[in-house]
Amino acid sequence: MENIIEISNLYKSFGDVKAVQDLSFHVKKGELFAFLGVNGAGKSTTISILCGRLQKDSGKVSVCGKDVDGKSREIAEKIGVVFQSSVLDQPLSVRDNLRSRAALYGITGKQFEKRLAELATLLDFSDLLNRTVGKLSGGQRRRIDIARALLHNPEILVLDEPTTGLDPQTRKLLWNVVTSLRNENGMTVFLTTHYMEEAADADYIIILDSGKIAAEGTPLELKNRYTGDYITLYGEKNVSELGYPVRHIRDAVQVCVPDTKTATRLILEHPDLFDDYEITKGKMDDVFLAVTGKKLSGGLEK
Amino acid sequence: MTGLYNLTRRNLKLFFKDKGMFFSSLITPIILLVLYATFLANVYKDSFLSAMPAGFGISESLIDATVAGQLIASLLAVSCVTVAFCSNLLMVSDKANSSILDLSVTPVKRSVLAVGYYTASAASTLIVTFSALAVCFVYLSFKGWYLSVGDVVCVILDVLLLTLFGTALSSCVNFFLSTNGQASAVGTIVSAGYGFLCGAYMPISSFSEPLQKILSFLPGTYGTSLIRNHMLSGVFSEMESGGFPSEVIDGIRDSIDCNFYFFGSLVETPVMYAVLLGAVLFFTGLFVLFHVIFGRRRAL
Repeated sequence: MENIIEISNLYKSFGDVKAVQDLSFHVKKGELFAFLGVNGAGKSTTISILCGRLQKDSGKVSVCGKDVDGKSREIAEKIGVVFQSSVLDQPLSVRDNLRSRAALYGITGKQFEKRLAELATLLDFSDLLNRTVGKLSGGQRRRIDIARALLHNPEILVLDEPTTGLDPQTRKLLWNVVTSLRNENGMTVFLTTHYMEEAADADYIIILDSGKIAAEGTPLELKNRYTGDYITLYGEKNVSELGYPVRHIRDAVQVCVPDTKTATRLILEHPDLFDDYEITKGKMDDVFLAVTGKKLSGGLEK
Repeated sequence: MTGLYNLTRRNLKLFFKDKGMFFSSLITPIILLVLYATFLANVYKDSFLSAMPAGFGISESLIDATVAGQLIASLLAVSCVTVAFCSNLLMVSDKANSSILDLSVTPVKRSVLAVGYYTASAASTLIVTFSALAVCFVYLSFKGWYLSVGDVVCVILDVLLLTLFGTALSSCVNFFLSTNGQASAVGTIVSAGYGFLCGAYMPISSFSEPLQKILSFLPGTYGTSLIRNHMLSGVFSEMESGGFPSEVIDGIRDSIDCNFYFFGSLVETPVMYAVLLGAVLFFTGLFVLFHVIFGRRRAL
């Protein structure tokens, strides 16, 4: 698979604040790439540079083989961005908003009406076209934000915390649309999120901390590297003799072991204890906590 | 061009959606006219009559036309710039509500983005200033109409140029603002101070000589002088044909800045137009340059 985004030795500072320091990574075409970090970790700065909105201090950034320094307008044609919060014109109607934005990509007249109809079907907002954006609910507005990002059929969709504050139904719709776009069009998705369960579905994850890469890999690699396994044993069990940390839950006990190999050994050594159990990998929350020492969940950092 | 046209259309739609902003911009010059006519007309009239040499008879209509011409010239000179500051808020709103993020990830050039803001702002300000001009003409017709067709055309041109100047200046100033509060504070300051700086509230000739020299560097003062010249041109012609000595008329012209001096030299009308047009081009170019240079550095 070819690299659709390539970033090497990227630096960006704002005065004394080093927003991004020596960042190097690449994103493969068609993959779901997750970019994690607490607020101020450098995610938005990187995205702004990627989209040609912000000038870098040094380093090399290329999108679809084009350098952002010289070809930012061509790159803009390839990228669609869903921002953290809605950035459409609140006083205008959905149709007016999408029409004015589409025209900036040269999509006008019948071509626009055709694309609008496609997106309205895909994201189920045909009944909202004449409504004022400012009067839509959060979920409805998010659908229009996504439609706006998809107006020009981009090759890369940047989702900057797209589901924060959304109801489960809209969140599900969003992910269904993203999944179908990836499957049918081979669209690359560049995701930042505070929801770890969304990141767990990514093909590749980078965790940023203070502008630097703190960890990277596939979800499995990260879980294996930074978290252990959990063996949940159902029923009343005396597991203190196993010698590993134990957590009591309502109808079971959970034993934390460093890896799956250890879990297998314990099961083989104590077959009497393990009559009803399951083994699960650590979660992305645990990975994030282990890597950064910070907790990240649903938009709140701790 | 599609990008520019659609950006301008979007910006104008947003301006007219905010009916409060539109009507307050529209009504401000009319309120000013009422206030000027109520409180200042008699002061201007008394001052004009007291400056008249003894023994010269002058009709009431000519006096009223002179006073009205001076009043509405002052009002228009101020309004063209202050209304521009009050209506040129979309660029700041776009920053405040982050819409600029969305516009800046499109393939549209930053210079086009800048011209889109400028064009829409100039159009909306022109609607207000031309409406004010129409009301002023109606007022003048009641007080005494001495304007020729040429004068009317020139006044329209003056208002157009001064409005474009106000829009360009406000665009440059507002470029660096990021909240609506800052923009309205700047609007208030400009509304309070500009009338003095451009010689609308008080003729520049009545200021101290050093101040006169400093103010003669401000392009807005030439706009005030142009409007005053064309609003009063018919009145002066009437005075001349009524037997007024040219020294007296020249004295009046000097006292109300129709004759404008740059370091002692009389500035001719074509030069005034050149200065104003130059200022429009300079500030518009500067505004576009701000977008191009600072746009990516500031992530606008």
